[in-house]
Amino acid sequence: MIEKMKNFSFTGNFKILSVIACAFVLVGLLGLILLPFGVQWFQFDIDFVGGTTMQYELRVPVTSEVTTDVAAIVEEVSGQAASSVTKAGDSGTQVVIKSRELDSETRDAIFDAVKEKYGLEMEDCMKSDYVSASVGKDLRDKAIKASLIAVALILVYITIRFEFRSGIAAIIALVHDLLVMLSMYILFRIPFNMNFIAAALTIFGYSINATIVVFDRIRENKKKEALKNRPFAEVVDISIHQTMSRSLNTTITTLVVMIMLLILGVSSIRNFAAPICVGVIAGCFSSICISGPVWNLLSSKKKKEN
Amino acid sequence: MKRSVITLLIVVVLTAALLYAAIFGIGTVVPGVRDGIVLGLDLVGGSEITYEAVVPEGISAEDLANGMNSAIAMLRQRLDALGYTEANAYLSGDRQIVVEIPAVSDPEEAVQKLGSTAVVTFEDADGKEWITGTDIEKAYYEYSATDESGVAQHHVTMNFTSEGRKTFTEATKAVANRTDGNNYLSICLDGEVISSPVVDPNLYSQTGIDSESAVITMGYNATAEDATYLANLISAGQLPFKLECVKLQGVGATLGERSLQTSLMAGLIGIVLVMLFMIIVYRVMGVISCIALTMYGALMAVLLSVFHLNLSLPGIAGIILTIGMAVDANVIIYERIKEELRTGKTLRYAIDSGYKGAIRAIIDANITTIIAGVVLWIFGSGTIVGFAQTLLIGVIVSMFVMLVVTKQLLHAAVGLKIRNPKAYCV
Repeated sequence: MIEKMKNFSFTGNFKILSVIACAFVLVGLLGLILLPFGVQWFQFDIDFVGGTTMQYELRVPVTSEVTTDVAAIVEEVSGQAASSVTKAGDSGTQVVIKSRELDSETRDAIFDAVKEKYGLEMEDCMKSDYVSASVGKDLRDKAIKASLIAVALILVYITIRFEFRSGIAAIIALVHDLLVMLSMYILFRIPFNMNFIAAALTIFGYSINATIVVFDRIRENKKKEALKNRPFAEVVDISIHQTMSRSLNTTITTLVVMIMLLILGVSSIRNFAAPICVGVIAGCFSSICISGPVWNLLSSKKKKEN
Repeated sequence: MKRSVITLLIVVVLTAALLYAAIFGIGTVVPGVRDGIVLGLDLVGGSEITYEAVVPEGISAEDLANGMNSAIAMLRQRLDALGYTEANAYLSGDRQIVVEIPAVSDPEEAVQKLGSTAVVTFEDADGKEWITGTDIEKAYYEYSATDESGVAQHHVTMNFTSEGRKTFTEATKAVANRTDGNNYLSICLDGEVISSPVVDPNLYSQTGIDSESAVITMGYNATAEDATYLANLISAGQLPFKLECVKLQGVGATLGERSLQTSLMAGLIGIVLVMLFMIIVYRVMGVISCIALTMYGALMAVLLSVFHLNLSLPGIAGIILTIGMAVDANVIIYERIKEELRTGKTLRYAIDSGYKGAIRAIIDANITTIIAGVVLWIFGSGTIVGFAQTLLIGVIVSMFVMLVVTKQLLHAAVGLKIRNPKAYCV
């Protein structure tokens, strides 16, 4: 098995590998494409669209009966139905209420009503978040702008250090990783908020990092006497195999820390750690199986044209 | 041999000192350094309230800027009055003010009280209200001589409306004529007395102060800040806009504490597992990684503490990411060394050429991360900035520790006659 792995040609088997990659990317890609057509697969959180989130410690097990009661209170006090009332907390004694924008007085009144019904104290208000729609849009636009500038600058850097075609290959690997993450957000209904930006950027850096290590080896091998006259595809395969144990070991060490956060962390940390775990695995896959072969593909196309 | 022992000793002592400083505070090692990691509101509990000025159309940039300064002074005064002494209020952009209050028990109350329209009044000792905010056209800070003595001092100048001028003349006359010695007018914000300037009975008991503008002096010890603050507070009575709460993020103290504890726990267990992994896979080199990682962790804690960076959940995420990158740098180098060893090279040669082969990839990878960090720091907002800061510091620190310190340690290990290649690779 190991012997077989050692001779596995990533460039030769690119068709199979790309089919696997496409399968994981599909959901995220569809979600993005359908977004302008009004199909809403993402769970946009209040950070980006505005709204209210409140989290209360009720000190009783939250059953469906309790959530219905709380939802009724919200509707009675605010005059509009809550978007969702869900169970939260380690022992399932907390509720998270999400609704459209409510002003401070209304939020106060809702807590007072819940407080009275369940005999709560002031400190049982675990969380009270409010973002107006305009600020939400502002935050989102700013985050997108910052990310795009970062992406553009990094591409310029890679193009200078390597070559333009390898830059394109790096982007393709990167887009793959981010789309896998988006698929994860859609499938597991993870709230899409500022944490997504942080997670996406983390994976962004990680993915570029992994790709660079492989590309650096290809760049080095291309110049070596012994490999100078071999086909580029072979150089790519050799380089991928040479960097394989680094790719795997780094993935393992990063995953270990992230999985600890996933197990022990509070919900906002978990919502951050889970997509990163997926992104790290996707990044490992793409740096081994996609970026190198794509660079090879782009190079061979160029040669044929000549 | 001797050099190796010294290198090893220096690194171990340095790591121990950093660790000690990180745990017990830098003040215990370097006297006079004020330190302490500032924990974000999401880790200690508290509320962050963002107000936005609802600005009427056609307001000039200068009026807006002055109004915002007044609003901040008003908010600070109110925060003090409400007992939130550790709270913080600052301008964000040109029309938003962010208020951070740690450990607030009732955030909604704070939102409503802080954002309400300011009521500025001038009252006499009996609590009779003479002047209100609308009587004052403008209040501003000046530095000039206010009397014949010709000595310049920091003071506040107020311009009145024609209605306000009449009332002010009456008020100062009445106050100057008081015989109980309470010849002052108190300036109040929301009923709280801020300052009580005296109206000189010898000068004004006949006429009162009858002028388009009046001056409040604060003594020769007053600073420009004192006078500006008072001018801003008086101006808060006629803000050209209303404040609207556009964002509130409130985390209860219990949730904050749990977030902090669990993240620290996860980080700690994660690091220990990573160290175990490194030792199993890379043996002696793994042990060196562990020393370097400990040093890295302690150095990060010390730097965060010295720079007073606000550490919040995304910041912790940034640190954990840099730990991953620090380990990655080691993995890249060690894999190279292993390759060299397999081709039968000597240890010393393998280490040097391993570093040479790996350094380009490491630097390229770290520079791309630095680019991302800088851009996010400059263009990002809120939590993203915290993430960018720790990421940036972490990458730079880890590059130093992993490239310089581990190399010295590896050479020291060879010098100490740990030369069997089996000790270095599986």
